Amino acid sequence: MAMMTYLEAIRKGIQEEMARDENVVIFGEDVGGVKGGVFGVTKGLAEEFGDDRCFNTPLTEGQIGGLAVGLGLVGFRAIGEFQFADYILPAVNQLISEASRMRYRTKGDWIAPIVYRAPYGGGVRGGLYHSQSTEKVLFGQPGLRIVTPSSPYDAKGLIKAAIRSDDPVLFYEHKRLYRLLKEDVTDEDYVVPLDKANVVREGEDITVIGYGMVLNHALKAAETLSKEGYEAEVVDVRSLYPLDKETLVKAARKTGKVLLVTEDNLEGSIMSEISAIIAEEALFDLDAPIKRLAGPDSPSMPYSIALEREFLVDEEKVTNAMRELAEF
Amino acid sequence: MTIKIIEMPHLGESVTEASIAVWLVSEGDRIEKYDPIAEAVSDKVTTEIPSNYSGVVKEFLIDVDTDVEIGTAIVKIETDEEGGEDETAVSADSTDTQEEKSEEFTDHINEEIDKEAKRRPMKRDTESEAKGSTTSESSKSSASSSDGSAARYSPAVMRISQERGIDLSQVEGSGKHGRITRKDVLTFDVESQQAPAEKAEPKQETQSPQRDTKSADTSKSATVSRTSNGDEIVPADGIRKAIAKKMVQSTTEIPHAWLMVEADVSNIVKLREQTKAMFKQQEGVSLSFFPFFVKAVVQALKKHPIINTSWDNNSIVYHKDINMSVAVATDEHLFVPVIHNADHYSLSGLSKEINRLATLARDGKLSNTDIQGGTMTINNTGSFGSVQSMGIINHPQAAILQVESITKRFVPTEDGGFKAADMVNLCLSIDHRIIDGLQAGRFLQDVKENLSKFSDESDLY
Repeated sequence: MAMMTYLEAIRKGIQEEMARDENVVIFGEDVGGVKGGVFGVTKGLAEEFGDDRCFNTPLTEGQIGGLAVGLGLVGFRAIGEFQFADYILPAVNQLISEASRMRYRTKGDWIAPIVYRAPYGGGVRGGLYHSQSTEKVLFGQPGLRIVTPSSPYDAKGLIKAAIRSDDPVLFYEHKRLYRLLKEDVTDEDYVVPLDKANVVREGEDITVIGYGMVLNHALKAAETLSKEGYEAEVVDVRSLYPLDKETLVKAARKTGKVLLVTEDNLEGSIMSEISAIIAEEALFDLDAPIKRLAGPDSPSMPYSIALEREFLVDEEKVTNAMRELAEF
Repeated sequence: MTIKIIEMPHLGESVTEASIAVWLVSEGDRIEKYDPIAEAVSDKVTTEIPSNYSGVVKEFLIDVDTDVEIGTAIVKIETDEEGGEDETAVSADSTDTQEEKSEEFTDHINEEIDKEAKRRPMKRDTESEAKGSTTSESSKSSASSSDGSAARYSPAVMRISQERGIDLSQVEGSGKHGRITRKDVLTFDVESQQAPAEKAEPKQETQSPQRDTKSADTSKSATVSRTSNGDEIVPADGIRKAIAKKMVQSTTEIPHAWLMVEADVSNIVKLREQTKAMFKQQEGVSLSFFPFFVKAVVQALKKHPIINTSWDNNSIVYHKDINMSVAVATDEHLFVPVIHNADHYSLSGLSKEINRLATLARDGKLSNTDIQGGTMTINNTGSFGSVQSMGIINHPQAAILQVESITKRFVPTEDGGFKAADMVNLCLSIDHRIIDGLQAGRFLQDVKENLSKFSDESDLY
């Protein structure tokens, strides 16, 4: 066991997999050399595994996306880092048309076992190009898994599972959690399944579903509400696509009161889809309208610190929304 | 004088530790704000640390060439400021400190991440949290129930109450505004539920409110709530709800038209005066005016079958029997029992029948037969002093006659003089789909004529 941050857990997971399988390579802007990425996730990997397995790319995200596909086709397990989730957009054609369709259009003869890593999320005064949640842009593309860990334990287990998966996996990392979250993480070689949501707290009064920073807000809010006599079931979505319908619907059924929290804009988010699934599957167990708590429908994210705070779903907003639903 | 602390500043992304390479000032030196006080060394760069304050350097808190964590206190400054808190720690703002200003925009993002991580680190314990099932006794504030929103049930509440056989009217809601929650029905003790609650909703096909008083009492015990401005909200009982439903049905389905005629009933008043004592003695019931009107109407119906009808889906139903509904008011409600085959009765027979039905109504013992099958209604509105009213037809009948108060009035005589007469207004409401004004007028003329014919004791039998 070792106390490690979310960032260190991701690095540890990559490091273990690179040691385990020499076909694992990692690349991206500033990823190689001594720098090891703008946030330092890959720090030390070039030194340990050499510049051939951990290297820099030009500032062309389309190429990062395409290179990963090509490497996958010839037997490598490629990890492509997009410096910020916002920068994925130039590579969308590679991700959707090539990577996520490869197995289908070759009847399974060819695979693209890729991990695309991307730091997402706001609250770091990053302004428009460094704060967005882009998961909904790539959500709902059969063949492309989307996962995101919300704890150091999951971060290590999920990145390892993603690297071992034969499917292309879009791996979102909440950049604000990088050094904020610490957890005792086992040194054991474990993986966290890519397609399972996780009930991280049990309760009977309300069900809160979220991922990333807001999930951690929800966990703290749940402690506050516990003192007020309400127990919240908190579910980490983890697998954004495909969604773990079974776990999500079961948790919704358990309390009949569902709050869906996301840092993304309210409309058209992953939560909108989860809401639809619960409405379809659990109508006769619902005891209140399904509620969504999210950012406003305006571009994310303002640079002004006051406006950024206004935009962000914070612990207070989550607490209030949870309390309101509990009292309904 | 105030003692201030300067901390090891943030020196850029991923820099967690740094050391002081050399102090640029000595203890006891007087310095100005922004003067460089030391050179800090991290794995990357050497950076001058500026002072955040003007004052005197009191004490170095760390040794040269010793790695310390970012944020560690490095020097005490005695400032010139008055008051204030001692030893307020302030880290020099690294964006100001770094001479080699970071070449990347993204560095400040890392700083933001670190700032928060340092200010309020979060510890996660994934496994134990997953296991940490809580079985707390949630003590809910029991909000007072108000029927307003308590009457709307969520799908979960509906399903669970049906599965468990719960009568929701017996569940106290703990949700907002007294809403019954899923938990309320889950934790409701079915055993304690009172025996099958009588349904407050009366049967629809009956012609008039047909509730026995027992259920009226049950529903009366319903909760009274108050609005914020003090108004009382009393849920309607079953009979009242049935009346309301009936009235809405009548007024929305039947296009009403109204006529009023006045009739001279001096002869009836006179006849009653003469015979009432004897009648009471012989028949055991009081002789009221009402049977005279019922008799007159029944006789007129024989001549005007169009009045004794119902509208039914673009057809007119002419009723074979004359079943006269008569309105009987109790303190709580208006009942409308039926004199079946009213044309079979004499005046005295009508008296007894009306008396029987009124007694049953007051005692709450009317049977279903007593209240069903009416074909027209007579309402004794005069009994409470009304002189004019517009009755609402008792659906699906076609007419209702309001018999108003009998009042003494001077009326002109044919010879140009005056006389005191006992006058009464008869107000007829008709279903204008079936009955035209002319037919109604002729019917009323016959009623009037019939009334004028009562003159002799023999008319009573």
